[in-house]
Amino acid sequence: MSEAVREAPKKQRPEFRNIHVTELGNYRMTAGATVSILHRISGFIMFAALPVILYMLQQSLLSEDTFKYFAGIMSHPLAKLVTVGLLWGYFHHFCAGVRHLFMDLHMGIEKQSSRQSAIIVFVVSLLLTLITALKLFGVF
Amino acid sequence: MADINVANNHNDDSNVGRKRLVVGAHYGLKDWMAQRITAVIMVLYTATLLIAFLTGQNFTYEGWAGLFARQWFKLFSLVTFAGLFYHAWVGMRDIWMDYVKSVGLRLTLQIITIVWLIVCAAWAVQIFWSV
Repeated sequence: MSEAVREAPKKQRPEFRNIHVTELGNYRMTAGATVSILHRISGFIMFAALPVILYMLQQSLLSEDTFKYFAGIMSHPLAKLVTVGLLWGYFHHFCAGVRHLFMDLHMGIEKQSSRQSAIIVFVVSLLLTLITALKLFGVF
Repeated sequence: MADINVANNHNDDSNVGRKRLVVGAHYGLKDWMAQRITAVIMVLYTATLLIAFLTGQNFTYEGWAGLFARQWFKLFSLVTFAGLFYHAWVGMRDIWMDYVKSVGLRLTLQIITIVWLIVCAAWAVQIFWSV
């Protein structure tokens, strides 16, 4: 190695870092980014709630008595409200996942169309939640 | 100069560039593919249950348990839940890999995730075959 190479000062390389958690507050997220992080959060919540969901399924299937007991709990408006919250998480994860499947097929990956599909995810998942909630509260 | 010649000589069977042979264990591809396939199965299962719920009236134990008592629905449920647990594993592994930098802690969380999902899978089998 020659003297010139060895003694050349190191260049200041630009350093690209991921966004810091404290910067998230004033970071304007795109619709797609919001869909993405909610996809992750809803997935984690459902993973954590798996035993609760399995317990409810078991109670509803085990016997007529446990079914009636469980139906009694579920007839309470507060229980229905919690269920609607869980349903929204499920439907958001569902719709955002379907959006992923389309993007895997290289559909709607341009800036404008991906923004549109992100908004569609919010609209469709909220509509599905609303329809299911209306049924849950006995509207139809 | 020497480097350029070497590159040119091997141009025809080059393993660099558009036709590069990507070697490896394909763990990422396999998991990515599995997550997509299981997602499609869950879409079908969700549609089945959602339509049954939205079009149903007077929900009784007989009707609900009757659905789960059918052999085809037991198997459909089992396949879907098995897919769900694999799907959840891939997703949770992604989360741990993205946010937990400490190797020891990440491994611990991944082990807990696997045990958690296996317990849930065994429980699900018990539930489906108790009807």
